[in-house]
Amino acid sequence: MGKEKQYETVIGLEVHVELATRTKIFCGCSTAFGGEPNTHTCPVCTGMPGSLPVLNEKVLEYAVSVGLATGCEITRYCKFDRKNYFYPDNPQNYQISQLYLPICRNGSVEIETKDGTKQVGIHEIHMEEDAGKLIHDEWEGCTLVDYNRSGVPLIEIVSEPDMRNAEEVIAYLEKLRLIIQYLGASDCKLQEGSMRADVNLSVREAGEAYGTRTEMKNLNSFRAITRAIAGERERQIDLLEAGEAVIQETRRWDDERGCSYAMRSKEDAQDYRYFPDPDLTPVRISEAWLAERKAALPEFQTEKKIRYREEYQIPDYDIEILTGSRQMAELFEKTTALCGEPKKVSNWLMGEAMRLLKERGLDPEDIRITPSNLAELIAMTNRREINGAAAKEVFEAMFDTDVDPARYAQEKGLLMTHDTDALTRAVKQVLKDNPKSVEDYRGGKEKAIGFLVGQTMKAMHGKADPALINGMLRELLSGEAKFDA
Amino acid sequence: MANIISEETIEYVGILAKLELSDEEKKQARKDMARMLDYIDQLNELDTEGVEPMSHVFSVENVLRRDVVTGGDMRDALLANAPEEKDGMFVVPRTFE
Ligand SMILES: [Zn+2]
Repeated sequence: MGKEKQYETVIGLEVHVELATRTKIFCGCSTAFGGEPNTHTCPVCTGMPGSLPVLNEKVLEYAVSVGLATGCEITRYCKFDRKNYFYPDNPQNYQISQLYLPICRNGSVEIETKDGTKQVGIHEIHMEEDAGKLIHDEWEGCTLVDYNRSGVPLIEIVSEPDMRNAEEVIAYLEKLRLIIQYLGASDCKLQEGSMRADVNLSVREAGEAYGTRTEMKNLNSFRAITRAIAGERERQIDLLEAGEAVIQETRRWDDERGCSYAMRSKEDAQDYRYFPDPDLTPVRISEAWLAERKAALPEFQTEKKIRYREEYQIPDYDIEILTGSRQMAELFEKTTALCGEPKKVSNWLMGEAMRLLKERGLDPEDIRITPSNLAELIAMTNRREINGAAAKEVFEAMFDTDVDPARYAQEKGLLMTHDTDALTRAVKQVLKDNPKSVEDYRGGKEKAIGFLVGQTMKAMHGKADPALINGMLRELLSGEAKFDA
Repeated sequence: MANIISEETIEYVGILAKLELSDEEKKQARKDMARMLDYIDQLNELDTEGVEPMSHVFSVENVLRRDVVTGGDMRDALLANAPEEKDGMFVVPRTFE
């Protein structure tokens, strides 16, 4: 009659973030995506003997900014170390990273879940280089290497084992992503690999010491992370219940099969024999430089939300969504500054923009509409130059290619007609052609007017102001006049 | 010799360094390594209290570069060093994930 044991999941994360620099961490090669294989390479990033790495100042700037934004202590004197291992994606046979003196330490971020708010500790953040890409040639039975990604700058953010479930993990990742996107330090896309999360997980009985942890890799979406956490928790509990031990190892998650398997064989001992890299000089950070970095930090979501509530008359829900992306918040603020109508700007972004992002499978960070164009579209609707349906059409074109709204509406014939004679003729014709609706309306059927407005709009090829038509119809119908003559 | 290097250690170090040693070479390597550790022991007799470990010989700090693309496409020159190439890439023995 054994009592069910209660297990607690203990999770810590190692998050790799690819920094949005133009060039690699230690050489002047481009980090641009999509180049032909090995066309962004030089002797440094292919590990040629005698080449000399030099640190990209932007990498240091981004790493320190992320550290400051997460409340870390910044290491005033930091160095790089060599992590030694053999693998063809690593042409030097060592990865340049930081072990002894990482750039940031002892920070934390606040996360919010349905259980309330909680601090997740950040153990350290260090700078390092990415590896090359291996392409398996099944036909020839060999492996091909492309070093375009070799030397692309990364920061690794190592959390404390402070998370207890998948919900907290996702909240932590979303918080990190938002902070880093606000800093412009990375676009943090899990699917595209510019943000990668390795999950360290162990289970323990309530009140006991930490259990043995495993590290799970290859998690490319929040969904995969959630499933991998559930799967690994279950696997470890099953082992413990069966009286077996959890082995400390790296496991690879296979999202298609929904299970993980151990990655390295015993032959590949994980003994990296770190030592300081003698080619790179130590970095000493001055108080003045640090003060500059602090002053350059942007307004983050928490402060933005408070300011929005004071400055703009828009619902809290809108504020939450708009500030949930730097790009979105910037577009909102700049457009509002131009047109002075926060509610209208918010309506466009919360409605049409969100709908189109979802339809196109994009993130809010991908939105490319310029504030001046959106302000112009709002002005055009205010001046009744364009009706609601046509404005949506213009907005969609702006969303896709950021067209000039006035020119686009002109070219596509979407502007409303100002020919009142033509409109009067059309209204009268519609009344003449639809005696039944006229009779219905006069008989008290308010709804009939909608049909008549629709018919007039159709006759005007959609280029009329429905409110104006509505007014004209009501006026003509208010008398006793007959229209079938 | 105060230090003794076990056969397992030489085996392990060989794996780490991707070296295949013959029995004769292993024997020699054990001797060499023991002698090196003896020398380290000798150095350890010095009082280094309060002395920071030195990793850089020159007192140069903060050598940084601007984030400006300067490296061109050196693919052909780099591939010229490769034992084998295919489709603009380095060919290496098949690896397994
Ligand atoms: Zn390079």
